[in-house]
Amino acid sequence: MSESSVQAGALPKAPSGVSMIVVMTSVATVCGLLIVTAFQATKGAIEHNVATITQESVLEILPGAARQIPFGVDAAGAVVREPAADADVSRIYAGYDESGALLGIAIEGRGQGWNELKILYAYSPDRQCIFGFKVLECRETPGVGDKITTQEDFLANFKELDATLDPATQSPVHPIVTVKHGTKKDKWEIDAISGATISSKAIGRILQESTTRLLPAITGHLDEIRKAGAA
Amino acid sequence: MSESSSNRDIQVLLNGIWKENPVFVQVLGMCPTLAVTNSVRNAIAMGVSTVFVLVMSSMLVAMVRKIVPKQVRIATYILIISTFVTIVDYVIKAVSIPVYKALGPFIALIVVNCIILGRAEAFASKNTVYRSVLDAIGMGIGFCIALVCLGGVRELLGNGSFLGVPLFGPYYEPWVIFLLPSGGFFTLGAWLLAFSLIKERKARRAAQEQEQSV
Repeated sequence: MSESSVQAGALPKAPSGVSMIVVMTSVATVCGLLIVTAFQATKGAIEHNVATITQESVLEILPGAARQIPFGVDAAGAVVREPAADADVSRIYAGYDESGALLGIAIEGRGQGWNELKILYAYSPDRQCIFGFKVLECRETPGVGDKITTQEDFLANFKELDATLDPATQSPVHPIVTVKHGTKKDKWEIDAISGATISSKAIGRILQESTTRLLPAITGHLDEIRKAGAA
Repeated sequence: MSESSSNRDIQVLLNGIWKENPVFVQVLGMCPTLAVTNSVRNAIAMGVSTVFVLVMSSMLVAMVRKIVPKQVRIATYILIISTFVTIVDYVIKAVSIPVYKALGPFIALIVVNCIILGRAEAFASKNTVYRSVLDAIGMGIGFCIALVCLGGVRELLGNGSFLGVPLFGPYYEPWVIFLLPSGGFFTLGAWLLAFSLIKERKARRAAQEQEQSV
């Protein structure tokens, strides 16, 4: 503030820094309280909606499935049946046909594209491949990154995506990887969408991380999962 | 309350709906207007969410207008607006996930809808809580009407339906371009043209009347 303007009285006296901090802090506190209240009030309904959508999606990507049983895989690789809603586990859903035979396992994966992404993919233990894919939550740029949810050429990648485990080491023989659009050669490669490379790569990363971590645990407990369907 | 002041209150309410309609007259908030009006349902969801944020933030801004130092006022307004946008985000997710998915990132983008910050700065920061809420309701209704006008035309021509109910029978070939972004611009252009024609005609008639009286 120049001296002349103070003398002319053109500008009112600036309030002290303390009062600005006090006002902003109190407004922020009130806002914080409002957000927490809204979060608590809507939590139950949101969880219910998400669970319904997930259940529908599981039956959708496992064609022919008559019923599904949720399982959880914890950090140590142990598999628990029907985990609690707030349990810290990776969620998988085993789908069974009318006779109780295991059709496939829908696995939930999360990761970061431009924003948080949540996907569901179908894994067949018999064929050792991914045979279905759906994006559950996507806030990528409309018309650009959100092509990963709709573009048919991209979704065709997941009709039979190789995820064979090495019997000796129990890790994927070929980790899933996203390659530049038009250069897909092998069954474990994902052909990226040209113009939506970051989002395509994010899907590849999520699948690679998820298959490497979860498939060995699933294979180890496959008998248990199969038996659950017969019961 | 005197007669004239309650008249003025009604004027504040009506301003946003017709004379200063945020979309058709002020041409503000174009991002949600063009982006999510490809169906009436989305237009209504966006309109209602914006009205909620607009009314609540105008109310809070008017409440704190005397204690907020000028230097931090914009920061405070944004804080207040984003709080209500977050609440709307939770509520829509709790009500319907399909609507939440259809609106996608545009819910979060209500924060930067210039209608809301514009009303906070231009009106709510200078007026009482009561009048600020009236102004916000008026502007919000004006915004909703505009969105439904756009969404209605686009869904009707682009999908042959209104609110999901098919109207033109099975032989109607939809004009898909109206569901695409370019269709949004065409429709908005047509509505703006219609609005300025009406306004011009009104102004001409008023001028004629004045001449006659002279």
